[in-house]
Amino acid sequence: MAHAYTPGLKVIPCTVLRKKRLLPIPGKVLAELGKEVEALDIVAQTQLPGKVFSVNVANRLAVGPEEIPGFMLKKEGDPIRKGEILAENKPLVKWFKTVVESPVEGTVETISTVTGQVLLREPPKVLPIKAYVKGKVVEVTPNFGVTVESEGTFIQGIFGIGGETNGEIAVAVGSPDEDLTPEGLNETHKGKIVIGGKHAGLATIKRAVELGVHAIVVGGIHDRDLRQLLGYDIGVAVTGTEQIGVTIIVTEGFGMIPMAEYTFKLLSSRNGERASVSGATQIRAGVMRPEILVPGYPKNVTTCKKEQGRGWIEPGDPVRIIREPHFGVIGIVKSLPPELTKVGSESHVRVLEVDLPGGETLVIPRANIEVLEK
Amino acid sequence: MSKKDLEIIIATDCGSTTTKAILIEKKGDTYRQTFRGEAPTTVEAPFEDVTKGVLNAITEVEELSGRKILDGEKILTPNNGNVGADIYVSTSSAGGGLQMMVAGAVKAMTGESAQRCALGAGAIVMDVLASNDGRADHEKIERIRQLRPDMMLLSGGTDGGSVTHVVELAQFLKAADPKPRLGASYKLPVIYAGNNKAQGQVKEILDSSTALIVTENLRPSLEKENLMPARHKIHDIFLEHVMQQAPGYPKLMKMVGAPIMPTPAAVGVMTEKFAKANNFNVLAVDIGGATTDVFSVFSEVFNRTVSANLGMSYSISNVMAEAGLPNILRWLPFSLDEQDLRNRLKNKMIRPTTIPATVEDLQVEHAVAREALRLAFDQHKALAVGLKGVQQERSISDAFAQTSSGQSLISLMNLNYIIGSGGILAHSPRRTQSMLMMIDAYQPEGVTMIAVDSIFMMPHLGVLAQISEKAALDVFYHDCLVRLGTCLAPKGLDKEGQVIMDWELVEEGGRRHSGELRFGDILHVPFESPKGKAIVKPAKGFDMGAGPGNKVEANIEGGVVGVVLDGRGRPFDLAKTPAKRIADLNKWYKAMDMYPV
Repeated sequence: MAHAYTPGLKVIPCTVLRKKRLLPIPGKVLAELGKEVEALDIVAQTQLPGKVFSVNVANRLAVGPEEIPGFMLKKEGDPIRKGEILAENKPLVKWFKTVVESPVEGTVETISTVTGQVLLREPPKVLPIKAYVKGKVVEVTPNFGVTVESEGTFIQGIFGIGGETNGEIAVAVGSPDEDLTPEGLNETHKGKIVIGGKHAGLATIKRAVELGVHAIVVGGIHDRDLRQLLGYDIGVAVTGTEQIGVTIIVTEGFGMIPMAEYTFKLLSSRNGERASVSGATQIRAGVMRPEILVPGYPKNVTTCKKEQGRGWIEPGDPVRIIREPHFGVIGIVKSLPPELTKVGSESHVRVLEVDLPGGETLVIPRANIEVLEK
Repeated sequence: MSKKDLEIIIATDCGSTTTKAILIEKKGDTYRQTFRGEAPTTVEAPFEDVTKGVLNAITEVEELSGRKILDGEKILTPNNGNVGADIYVSTSSAGGGLQMMVAGAVKAMTGESAQRCALGAGAIVMDVLASNDGRADHEKIERIRQLRPDMMLLSGGTDGGSVTHVVELAQFLKAADPKPRLGASYKLPVIYAGNNKAQGQVKEILDSSTALIVTENLRPSLEKENLMPARHKIHDIFLEHVMQQAPGYPKLMKMVGAPIMPTPAAVGVMTEKFAKANNFNVLAVDIGGATTDVFSVFSEVFNRTVSANLGMSYSISNVMAEAGLPNILRWLPFSLDEQDLRNRLKNKMIRPTTIPATVEDLQVEHAVAREALRLAFDQHKALAVGLKGVQQERSISDAFAQTSSGQSLISLMNLNYIIGSGGILAHSPRRTQSMLMMIDAYQPEGVTMIAVDSIFMMPHLGVLAQISEKAALDVFYHDCLVRLGTCLAPKGLDKEGQVIMDWELVEEGGRRHSGELRFGDILHVPFESPKGKAIVKPAKGFDMGAGPGNKVEANIEGGVVGVVLDGRGRPFDLAKTPAKRIADLNKWYKAMDMYPV
């Protein structure tokens, strides 16, 4: 049977997921193999070396770099407090005395007789890594962290802003094509993962930040609003570190696009349950999409799907069109003609035929569809 | 094996997404590219072995050509009848290419030299640190800590000069304790190519904490740049350290018959060979999804820049951010709501593999491409400059032409040849689109020939040129370049409708075309003859390369587009009022028969 490779976003009622939770530099692993962990449990932690500050002692004391050891009150490796005297000269007349104070608390790292600089290092900072998702530790990477395995609902968005967070799912709209408005949000949404429908505007997102909502999941947002929120244009889709006060997950794309009905129904079926979400997105080698994980089974599911999607598409598969002029339209693959076909732009490309619910059939470049995985 | 024995060559280029294989065969006295195959690159999970993609791409070549090249996972060498190949060569940019950080004492001097050195070696320069780069010391140290380059190039000071700045940089580097991008347990390779007097001190500071390699100073004196020794070291480390950490590369290195080159370095080699063989000034560009590489050879000086965040898919939104929406909208022959354009470009960014299905959507991408090409060229012009800080000797006759040091080497009037590659230029539905996009972005002056590398074969040929220059140039002329034609653009400005040039074109077979060019018009003359002549007489105040008003007779190339006479003037600008701008664009696009009506 004809089939074509296509990328797709995962929207799965129940699957087994493994999450690697690793430190960027070696540290201590706190969770042992086989342990059941909660999302907020710390599984590993390390100490990040402190920031380095330089003080040009030679310039400050008006002496040659090679002379500074004679004026230093601290030697390499000594601890020092902020404002404590690091070096001083010894003039004959006391009034001409110059002292160099430490601008930070830390330790003296190096004293250079070539440049006359003294480098000071702030105390290390503790960097903890949380489990992020409720599950079981199935692998320990010594000195770096663990792999947590979890069973549950898994939904990928197309684009996100903001980092990892956690909270109870609260569906705030009645249907996937309803907008999430500022009025639709209230005090009860504090700390929750709020599910909207078609679109969330700037006012809605600002209201969510005010209320302390942990995350918003919605079909589409406008790029102009995103610029307003961040204060700059996102040039390359590498996100996850933004600090705007809320994590945003867009399931469909930029513009006013109703959330896929299947995604909306699945999220609604887990209303009131705790979820782990991450807005981190990276669209280059090593693609990373934003995600929503809800541990446990939805009410009507009793077994968990173990296989990962098959990675290609066949007639009968549901797909979404992801480029103008039919952006966002959902249909069923009718056929996959093998020959190159001329499309409206005059490019000769591989295409597929898509049946729409209304009975119409469209011819779409294969590059412009996304399989809806279930 | 001696070079004359080369008859069958298999070459691959392992890109971030696709691995492309080509088969080159000697037919009589000439080398020709005969078959090609491609397969997805397999650097990422679940494969994590680049050779899988290489084998798949070569298998496709085997199937198409009927030649058995592989024995399991081994290349059969040498060729014997319909089996095997004489040599296998490869380039690679998979896994993000070669990422470097460079440092120099003074930003505009050793900093810039170090940057040119790393770029010429095919690297992406993540940051240039310098003592006078405007950042506080702790900010520099933080920056070194955050970035995880594949290697670092440390330069600074001329030989025998002051050691303070470069020692300070070395101390910052030690304090930051940077980690390499691949292989967390390895020491970061650092190449020291600065003041030779400071070598001992730099060694003392960095030897224990980094994998330090000391080489000749890349700026031994202010008047001299010596980039090759450091560039060779970069290539050595690329092969010994970086490639060894990348999935499957140790295996790939055993398969090849010549060292693997970073893709941009190979394209650079090919550009240089082409320029030298024809005595041309050449501009070559590769506009990809994430980055745009620009190569130039002017007066035999080679330069390369890479604009890491200017591209047509992953980086499309960054083109918008850097160029500004009005600059993109100005190329559209219709009006488009700003919010709509913003959302469209962001949707392309998050779904980078989609393609335009309508003419309108295609025109939006072409508008972005012009701006990406323009911005990358601006960055190139800023770096392709003479050495700064050089003392200039002036005679009394130069006193009125007070040129500063560090002038751009790029002269649009002296540019002979533009080569475009990358999907948007190589695969546009009509070749006239590629040609006008390049003319609009670069605004060449005088006589400029234009071609595209339709299947991006320059990397394969660049690495092959190291083994056989003849094979590489044969294939480059016959199979790689798709000649579009020649652009004739008089420099100067006038009122719309004024005659600014009389022109005559003579094809190789003697066929003649002639006419006059009016200001504000584009004339498109189909001209397929590979060689020909242009005889042009610009009006007073207009220059075609021999000075204003002077007649020029030049050799030109025809091609699949032909000759484009660009009467829009130089410097060229679009009308300020939207209605006039849209009318002009429609007139020019119609003259070029660019889009279906």
